Amino acid sequence: MTAADDGSTALHQVLDKSGMAHTVARMAAEILERDGDDLMLVGIHTRGVPLADRLARALEEATGRKVAVGWLDISLYRDDVGPWRPAHQQPVLKETVLPDSIDDRVIYLIDDVIFTGRTTRAGLDTLLDWGRPLAVRLAVLVDRGHRELPIAADIVGKVLNTARDEDVRVRFAEVDGEDGVWVGSGVNGAD
Amino acid sequence: MPIEAATALSGKDVVGIGHLSTGEIQLILDTAEELLDVAERPIKKVPALRGSTVVNLFMEPSTRTRFSFEVAEKRLSADTLNFSSSGSSVSKGETLLDTARNLMAMAPDFIVIRHPNSGAPHRLAEVVPVSIINAGDGINEHPTQALLDALTMRQRFGSLAGLKVVIAGDIRHSRVARSNAFLLTKMGAEVRFVAPASLLPLDVEDLGVSSFLRIEPALEGADVVMMLRIQLERQKKINFPSMREYFDFFALTPERLRLAADHAVVMHPGPMNRGVEIDSLVADGEQSVILDQVTNGVAVRMAILYLLAGGRSEAASDS
Repeated sequence: MTAADDGSTALHQVLDKSGMAHTVARMAAEILERDGDDLMLVGIHTRGVPLADRLARALEEATGRKVAVGWLDISLYRDDVGPWRPAHQQPVLKETVLPDSIDDRVIYLIDDVIFTGRTTRAGLDTLLDWGRPLAVRLAVLVDRGHRELPIAADIVGKVLNTARDEDVRVRFAEVDGEDGVWVGSGVNGAD
Repeated sequence: MPIEAATALSGKDVVGIGHLSTGEIQLILDTAEELLDVAERPIKKVPALRGSTVVNLFMEPSTRTRFSFEVAEKRLSADTLNFSSSGSSVSKGETLLDTARNLMAMAPDFIVIRHPNSGAPHRLAEVVPVSIINAGDGINEHPTQALLDALTMRQRFGSLAGLKVVIAGDIRHSRVARSNAFLLTKMGAEVRFVAPASLLPLDVEDLGVSSFLRIEPALEGADVVMMLRIQLERQKKINFPSMREYFDFFALTPERLRLAADHAVVMHPGPMNRGVEIDSLVADGEQSVILDQVTNGVAVRMAILYLLAGGRSEAASDS
């Protein structure tokens, strides 16, 4: 079953498999132009992880050099769960893996969607407890607007004008079995 | 035995292994596994419990369990208050419930309790609305110890199911043995108790474990050998002729350890009596994972605090 035909919401597709591949390739080119290839990509769980892997592959194809890739779990730094929000279950923790020290390096935080900016804030706080990077940049596949914190992405694959209560679904074959981005009137806003 | 996955704990307290489901045990161990790396970061602290207050109510002497809880609480950014029976109002005759009611006025979010009376944490959990974590009650349970032991075994063997675990020593007075028996049998491991008859519990059959009066046959093919301390402070009379004789018949020596599987690991909840229940050569040997147990203890206690700080599994989640 694909995101488009699960019947629960009226979704329309804004990026298909090849559109997503082109977008990722362009994002990789922009990263290369801005910072070269001496950097580390750090994907935020869940869908920042496959996006970081694909960006790394695109960078490696362009330069022939291996790119360091890590994964970040932000659960311990979130502002919407914890003892001060007792009705909300704690997220199930996932693995944080940084392949190397982040000190004095350019780090790209990678996420699928930027929405309120709260995930990015938690991601920054998580990352900075692991060291002191030379610079931290943010690359996202989709910027859907509605920021609640003063945070902006450096590299954006696609800007989507959405209503606050619309649903943006990014799907990666590695996690979801298919590639694509959908928008529609649903109940959940992805961030 | 199928394990039903859990994404949250169902109760407000962790007072014993008995009331945890296999899925909840798995969730605590998985969460602890991810929390181990907090100790390896440049900044060994995460903000998950900031603004929370934990009271550590220790009515019985403890060094490592109290330190372990305190480190766990601090790594999660909770504020900690330490309360011990000596030098407090308890020594002036105040009852546990009066102490607890007074502590409630300080608005704690968690009470970690160690108490000489079996069942004290359960009683406390009934009368106060905050989360109670049992850090050892009398001869009943020590759930966080069993969970850290389970994490240590799982790291070595991948799974608990099918493991042959020998627990030897003062079983009758050991809450560690009871909690381990509950946990390991639930998770599909085989538990073998070893002790002189005077130190075996009376309800050994109800626990679903086998019992041995000699250590050699129990060690045969064992994956894990857990040695317990002889708890002189809990024995009304000495239940065996001498320490020397106990060592000769029941201590884990290098020769006896060779009866276990080649890959067997040696565990001890501490504090060890070297030369009584365990030979130094074994305690410090290659098969010993005793210090891993200490490291894992902090992670398991962090996991329980983290999970109890969130909503229960019946509570509706927002996504």
